[in-house]
This record gives sequence, C-alpha cells and structure tokens, in this order.
Amino acid sequence: MNKSLVLVVALVVVGAIIWWFFGKRKVVAVAAVKDGDKQTVEITVDGGYKPAVVELERGVKAELVFVRKDGSACFDEVVLPDFGVRTRLPVNQPHSVTIDPAKAGEYKYACGMNMFFGKVIVK
Amino acid sequence: MSIFRRLIISAVLAVPMLLTMFGVMLPGGMITETILATGVMVIGGGPFFVSAYKSLLNHASNMDTLVALGTGTAYIYSLYAVVAGLHVYFEIAALLIVLILLGQWFEELSKGRASSAVEKLLGLQAKDATVMRGDKAVKVAISEVVVGDVILVKPGEKIAVDGRIVSGGSTIDESMVTGESLPVSKTVGDFVIGSTINKQGSFTFEATKVGADTLLAQIVDLVSRAQASRAPIQKLVDQVANVFVPTVLIIAILTFTVWYVFLGASFITALLFAVSVIIIACPCALGIATPTALMVGTGRGARMGILIKSGEVLESARGIKTVVLDKTGTITEGKPVVTDVIGDHQKVLSLAAALESLSEHPLATAIAEAASDDNIVTQKVTHFAAISGRGVSGLIDDETVYVGSRALFTDQNIDTQAFEDDLARLEKQGKTIIIVGNKSTVIGLVAVQDQPKKTSLQAISALKSKGIKVVMITGDNAGTAQAIASQVGVDEFIAGVMPGDKADHVKRLQADSQVAFVGDGINDAPALAQADLGIAMGSGTDVAIEAGGIVLVKNDLMDAFQALVLSQKTFGRIKLNLFWAFIYNAAGIPIAAGVFSSLGLTLNPALAGTAMAFSSVSVVLSSLALNNTRLK
Repeated sequence: MNKSLVLVVALVVVGAIIWWFFGKRKVVAVAAVKDGDKQTVEITVDGGYKPAVVELERGVKAELVFVRKDGSACFDEVVLPDFGVRTRLPVNQPHSVTIDPAKAGEYKYACGMNMFFGKVIVK
Repeated sequence: MSIFRRLIISAVLAVPMLLTMFGVMLPGGMITETILATGVMVIGGGPFFVSAYKSLLNHASNMDTLVALGTGTAYIYSLYAVVAGLHVYFEIAALLIVLILLGQWFEELSKGRASSAVEKLLGLQAKDATVMRGDKAVKVAISEVVVGDVILVKPGEKIAVDGRIVSGGSTIDESMVTGESLPVSKTVGDFVIGSTINKQGSFTFEATKVGADTLLAQIVDLVSRAQASRAPIQKLVDQVANVFVPTVLIIAILTFTVWYVFLGASFITALLFAVSVIIIACPCALGIATPTALMVGTGRGARMGILIKSGEVLESARGIKTVVLDKTGTITEGKPVVTDVIGDHQKVLSLAAALESLSEHPLATAIAEAASDDNIVTQKVTHFAAISGRGVSGLIDDETVYVGSRALFTDQNIDTQAFEDDLARLEKQGKTIIIVGNKSTVIGLVAVQDQPKKTSLQAISALKSKGIKVVMITGDNAGTAQAIASQVGVDEFIAGVMPGDKADHVKRLQADSQVAFVGDGINDAPALAQADLGIAMGSGTDVAIEAGGIVLVKNDLMDAFQALVLSQKTFGRIKLNLFWAFIYNAAGIPIAAGVFSSLGLTLNPALAGTAMAFSSVSVVLSSLALNNTRLK
C-alpha cells in the first residue's frame, strides 16, 4: 500500500477525531415543566444524557425522570453528587429522582464511572 | 442479555478457536472459524458496538468505544484475510471479547459488594410491630406505626421504631446500628433504637420517632449521600476522563502510522500494535478508583457507628495534626458520680442523700444514686433550708445537719481541721467535695467527680501515638481540668472556656496546624464547624446528624480515633487506586505501542486484553481490602 497515502489518511482521521470529540458545540438547555409545587423534566439515557443540560427553577421540588434506553453497563448508575444521589437506572423503565434545587448554580452529574456527563442548571 | 450469559456463550464459542492457536485443525476449517468468531462478535460483543455507536453520535466516547474498535479491527482485518488468503486473527478478537466480559463480570460482582452497605442497613428495618390498642396487642405494618403508639416487644424480636421504654426492661443488641458489640441493659425511661434486637426481657415502649425520623433512616440517608459525594481529588481524574478515549484513539493511529510508514513494519504488525494500544487503555480503572474506595470506607464506617459524611471529609482528615477534645461528655461520662466517701460510709451517705434529695443541685443525683447502690435508707428531713451557693441544712433525728461546701462550714464556724488532709488531697484531684456535718463538728466528706470514660485514656494515647497533639477544652476551673488532664494524658488543656468561645480557641490553634474538634453535636456546633474536621459524638437516638463532618453514633472516644484512622486509610486507598490506574495506563499504552520493542518488551493484543480486564477488577479489590485494614 502506498505509504504516503496511509500517512495522509491517518492525519485526516486524527483531525476528524479531534473535530468530532473536542469541537465546540452549542448545547441547548431544556427547562423543566412546572406543575403546581413541582417541576418535572425527562432525561433520556441513550449513548449520553439527552438533553445534556436541564434548567430548573430554584426552590421548586424537581423530579428528574431518567428513561434509560441504553443497556451498556456504563449507564447502570447515575450520580448527582451535589444532591446526594447515587442510584441504579433500570433499562426501559422510567426512574424518577427527586431533588431539591435550593441554591442557584450549575451542577454536573455523571454515570457511575464518570464517563458520561449531564448538567443541571438551577436558576 | 446479562453479562454472565454473554460471557458463557462467548467462551463456549471461543474455545475451539483457541485450539487453532495450538495447531489443531477445526472441521470445516476457515469457514467454521469465521462462523464461530462472528457468533462471539454478535452475541458477546454486540452490546459494545451498539453502545459505542450511540455515544459516538453524541460526540462522546467510553470504554465500549475502545472495546468495539479494538476487537472490530481484528475481526474485520481477519474477514479481509480470509478472502485474501492471509493469516487470520479471529481468535484474538474472540479472546478479547471473552476476557473483557470476564473482567466486567468480576467487576459487577465485586462492585455489588462495595456498594451493599446501604442495602444492608435498609435490610435491618423491622417489617411490623405489635401495637397496644387498649388492652389488645395488634400486629401492624411498620408504616402504620405513629408517634405515641405503645409497642410490645417480646424476647428475640426486633424493635420497630425509636422510642422510650414505659414498662419492663431488657438487654438489647444494638450492634447493627451503633457498632456497640456488647448488649445494652435498658429499663423504664431509657431510649430504644428502631431495628435493634431485643434479647431476653419483654417491655413496652412509646414510639417517639417513626419513618424518616428514626435513627436508622437518618443513617441510611447520610450514608447514601456520602457514597454519592465526590472527593475533591477526583477533579483531576474528571479532566483526564473527558479526553481519555479520543486521545487513546489518536495514539493508536499514530502507533500504526509510525510502525508502518516510518519503521517499515508489515501492515499486520503495525495493526496489532495499534489494536493493543486500544485494548490496553482502561478509563474505567480511573473512573472507579475514587467511588469504590469511598463506598467501602463509608460502608465500613457505618457498620461501626462511624458516619463519614462526604469524600471531602476524607481529605480534611488527612492533614490533622491537632485534636481538640471537649471535656464534659466527650472525655468524661458527662455526669458526676461519687468517687470517695470519708468517715462512716453508711452514715455520711445517708445524711447527704437525705438532704440533697430535697435540693435541686446537680450533684444531688450522684449522691442519691450512690446511696441507692449501697442500699442505704435515708431518714426524714424537717426544717429543710437551702443556703444559696453554699449548701443545705435540715433537721434529722432532732439534730441539725449541714451538707455543703467548705464556705458553708466556715460561715457556720464549724471546724474542718480534722478532715483537712483529706480535703486537700481530694481538692488536688480536682474533685468537688461535699462536707457533711452537724452544728459542732464535721461528720464526713463526699467527693464527686465527672469521671473519664473507660476508653478515653486508651483513645488519647492512640491519638498521641500517631503524632497528634491532643488538647482538652473545658469550662471547668484549672484545678479540675488539670486533674482530668493528667488522668487521661492529654498534651495540653484550656480551662475556664465559656461555651461560646470554644470556636475561637479552635481558630487560634488552627494557626499552627490543621485541627479536628471532637464534641457533642448539640452544644459544640460552632466549634465543630470552625475546625478543619468536626467529629460529633452522639448518644442514643439523639444523634446530631447535621453537625460535623463525621458523626459517631456511639458515645465512645475510641470511635473518634478510629474515625480519623478510617478516613485517613480510605483517602490513602483512593490515592493508591488513582496512582495505580494512572501508572497502569501511562506504562501500559507505550508498551502496547511497541515503544520498548527494541528491548524485547512487547504486548500482544491478548495480553493487553487480560491486563485491561483485570485492571478495573484490581482497583475494586483494592477498595474492598479497606474492609479488612487494621484501624490502628
């Protein structure tokens, strides 16, 4: 095989990896829906957390409904350290996590092994 | 399909292929091998590919990305090799899938053990209770028990909720909640803890805390919060994790390119180096290094009645060089007891108890208890009078009796000369002395002191053996403080401190070193908050869950020492795990890439797969080892 061709292809693939994984992308935050004294937002777990960023209103009890569609062991658990939650997510079965967003701020959460990330913004 | 099933099916399919590595020919030859390998890839490896693809769409990557790419490359090259008539590497692809599944299965098993603390605690919960409804005892579900219910507990039964004994008594095994190994005797008026086990006696108690308010429910909540918390040390790991997998992919491509283009290796040699790089890299070991150790450490603590609140606490425990101990209730029992009776034991105690029983002095209880322990009957008192700040007087058997301080006797011009030696000796020991006398002479002395707890001396010397300076802080006068300080062997004491000023003293000590404060959670909250590490001592069901970074369920100073050691050991384990996980990747990747091949040091993909599969398992096992570390 032509070695210079291999070199060019390799460099293109490296560039593609950098662009695909590290390129800046606009993330659209989804706000929770308020109903009485409670707000709810559904987060689909499938190759990542979708939406990756959810917005909550401060001081209103919030229910995050995780719907795990991905059977990968990576998503067995979800951990929200700032809210003291570490819980297992069943596959194809909505699992509610109730949190109290008392303080405004940005709170990152992750899978049990800390490879996939999501964010909760309390406004 | 479960990991275990995938593992078994893959292993069964892979075995015949492995035989080809030893020169065995399979019936059907290459076609059989292709079919078997495809089976392993689809059944065993399928979920890796699905997960890798899904996360790729999300611009994310994970462990599965590496597994899918590594095994996929070997498999696809082999398909091409079948067509082109070259040497195939199906067995490598299949073996990698089997090894990785084996590793994941082990990890699942051991992780289950690491995180079982909360489930175990929840499992302690009683299911039902026998509640008295009028004269009848009715069995109801635990959820129906309300505050105020009177509950009957028979021998061997589990106590349903927290409460206070109203009739009967028993010995109770509280080990599952407080870590106290010996059964505790309880009688009317004593608190009982829900989910502990009644041994011999029968009793009834009134429910004071139910549902989420019970001690067990609060412990469960605290432990699950701790296990979800992050240690600050993990920040670095998070940064690495974010870029880990794409970086490994880039390294793999560079490995292939350098070997093939610049070093003139054959296509397949270069490809196998690249596959080894992808396979050996293990972000999981990094990801689980902190949480598993945190879970095992906090879980072990919970079983001992030591509640560590978060990962952050572990880091603050690391640098503690000074421990400040509150005296009353922390070093000492927190209640005075009679230590000496000078004179006619029977008579002195009898007179003192008779008069003190009418006063509201805090020492009265100590004297009444001493009298009742010795079965001393007290006589009737008439003309009782309290002499403010000095003592009391009254008429017993037509004789005026005084019970009180030295000042009382000086005021009454009663000569204490005969007892001067004893007075001086007891005062030097920091004891409070109550003089008993009549109008003309002193009859005897009663000395009272808040005694150190049995384990205080041992705990303080254990702390000192770790090179920690131990300081006692107390509101008592210097004399009393000195006496207790020398009994328990603290390095320093600060006496005469107003309760509100304890935090200031902690702050002052913080100028020299990091300080831990050990005190009761209710009165010492400001000092607990001021210290670098606050250890709140609890007692019974009134554990001050909010105070301090570490909460001790049992009122035992030895637990404070063990809490400190457990925190330090857990943090040490986190560091060891992280170090190992970093070194594993930092050393493994260059070796797999063939950097040291000139020295004869290379890894084939199968070895790389084995190393990867067991790197996470070894991290989990290292964390589990915390369960058996000696806390000395």
